[in-house]
Amino acid sequence: MTIKEIQEEIVDEFSMFDDWMQRYEYMIDLGKSLPLIDEQYKTDDNIIKGCQSRVWVHADLEQDVLSFTADSDAIITKGIIAILIRVFSGQHPKDIIEADTNFIDEIGLKEHLSPTRANGLVSMIKQIKMYAIAYQTQIK
Amino acid sequence: MQKTTLDIQAIRKDFPILSRTVNGQPLVYLDNAATSQTPKQVLDAIVDYYSGYNANIHRGVHTLSQEATDKYEQARIKIQHHFNAKLAHEIIFTAGTTHSINLVANGFSSLLKKGDEIIVSALEHHSNIVPWQMLCERTGAVLKVIPMNLNGELELEAYYKLLSSNTKLVFCNHVSNALGTVNPIKEIINAAHNVGAAVLIDGAQAAPHIKADVQALDVDFYVVSAHKMCGPTGAGMLYGKEEWLNKLPPYQGGGEMIAEVSFDKTTYAGLPHKFEAGTPNICGGIAFGAALDYMNAIGFDAIASYEHELLEYATAELLAIDGLKIYGTAANKTAVISFNVGSIHPYDIGSILDKLGVAVRTGHHCAQPIMDFYGIPGTVRASFSFYNTKEEVDILVAGVKRAVAMLQ
Repeated sequence: MTIKEIQEEIVDEFSMFDDWMQRYEYMIDLGKSLPLIDEQYKTDDNIIKGCQSRVWVHADLEQDVLSFTADSDAIITKGIIAILIRVFSGQHPKDIIEADTNFIDEIGLKEHLSPTRANGLVSMIKQIKMYAIAYQTQIK
Repeated sequence: MQKTTLDIQAIRKDFPILSRTVNGQPLVYLDNAATSQTPKQVLDAIVDYYSGYNANIHRGVHTLSQEATDKYEQARIKIQHHFNAKLAHEIIFTAGTTHSINLVANGFSSLLKKGDEIIVSALEHHSNIVPWQMLCERTGAVLKVIPMNLNGELELEAYYKLLSSNTKLVFCNHVSNALGTVNPIKEIINAAHNVGAAVLIDGAQAAPHIKADVQALDVDFYVVSAHKMCGPTGAGMLYGKEEWLNKLPPYQGGGEMIAEVSFDKTTYAGLPHKFEAGTPNICGGIAFGAALDYMNAIGFDAIASYEHELLEYATAELLAIDGLKIYGTAANKTAVISFNVGSIHPYDIGSILDKLGVAVRTGHHCAQPIMDFYGIPGTVRASFSFYNTKEEVDILVAGVKRAVAMLQ
């Protein structure tokens, strides 16, 4: 699936819930299914700055597509990063760099996060795109 | 059953914000240690100022300026009486606690030399740590720390050992913002004076609950913010003993703080104007006075005793939750409960409580050294005011239980 298609799928899923408690429950479930980062990559270098809880993200390039693993000490944060990883893992760096992230506004995620968490979300997206830019240069 | 003689439901009607909803739920505001809500008596004072006599003070010959000056100076006298300062000009209007602390720290730059020592408590807010670190960097003075125990109480014996003839300044909060501990400031002040050191007490967290008497305490500096005690943001005070305020140089240059200006030499105004450069937060100062009127009409003894009821009730109810641990279990504390449940991150609990309409603070509460001491990233902090109810405590407890069920 393309990034756009996955984003539409997530928007559909979020629209099925009646209220934000249910959406939080869903995000917590997503957080529990997050592909966990290998312990060796849980370094200070991999901590995303701008998040109030600690978040680590690691990227691997294989056959021209990126795969991401991550972890956080807060479960809702893990849910947020899980959503992002579902969108961007398995995609070509060029597509990641060019992708828009309007789906976050469509599901209302940003406005339902505290300002500190919303900043953290922006930082996570920025970090994922930075990985894509870095790995893009390795692809001929 | 409630034991208080206060009519809490009538008090709640004074606070328009308490009738709003958040995320479709009635607001349960338990972040009072961050900022308190504003009663209509204070809101009226703000509206009256801007609609009735908004003018610059201490300068105009016109009526509005005179009225504004009178009200502003009356507010200073209200503050003087509230804290029992000997002289009105020992009350300096500031933008708040942080501003007050920086004013004093800056003033001491010229009074300290290399090798002097300043002592700060382990329970401080960052605003009562960083200005002193900056002062040490500027002067070569050394910063020493009064340690705390696991209950969140300062270890006085260790403090007494830190004191020496090199000690020039001691800084401590009256009440810890992160844990609610009420510190034994009288003992701290007396011991510092015995070695000739000056003492600044950060009263930001104490002022909403305890009426401090600066003369009885014999404290050299006492600082508070209006917004923690039903007043507006951006207003606060620095109390300083006259002899100390005369010793400190002016903090900022500008209008209002001068006696005479020429390009050869400027002479400074006397107290309090020496420290009040520029047009002050006139409305804020007047509203601060209105907030003190409001709280004194309710009465600080009644407030303290009702908040203690709330604290005991909430502590017992929260501790009944499996895995819940309270940080800060000092024998003497204000109505602040800092807690975690198991290994659940405080942000997760705070986020879900917000969806249920409950406002709490999560994180390190600008007191990272305390969190490091306990080896935790932060806590959930519920802080109560006299307008909170036991029903709100019940909503908090039910919300925490619901959050834990979701997150575990």
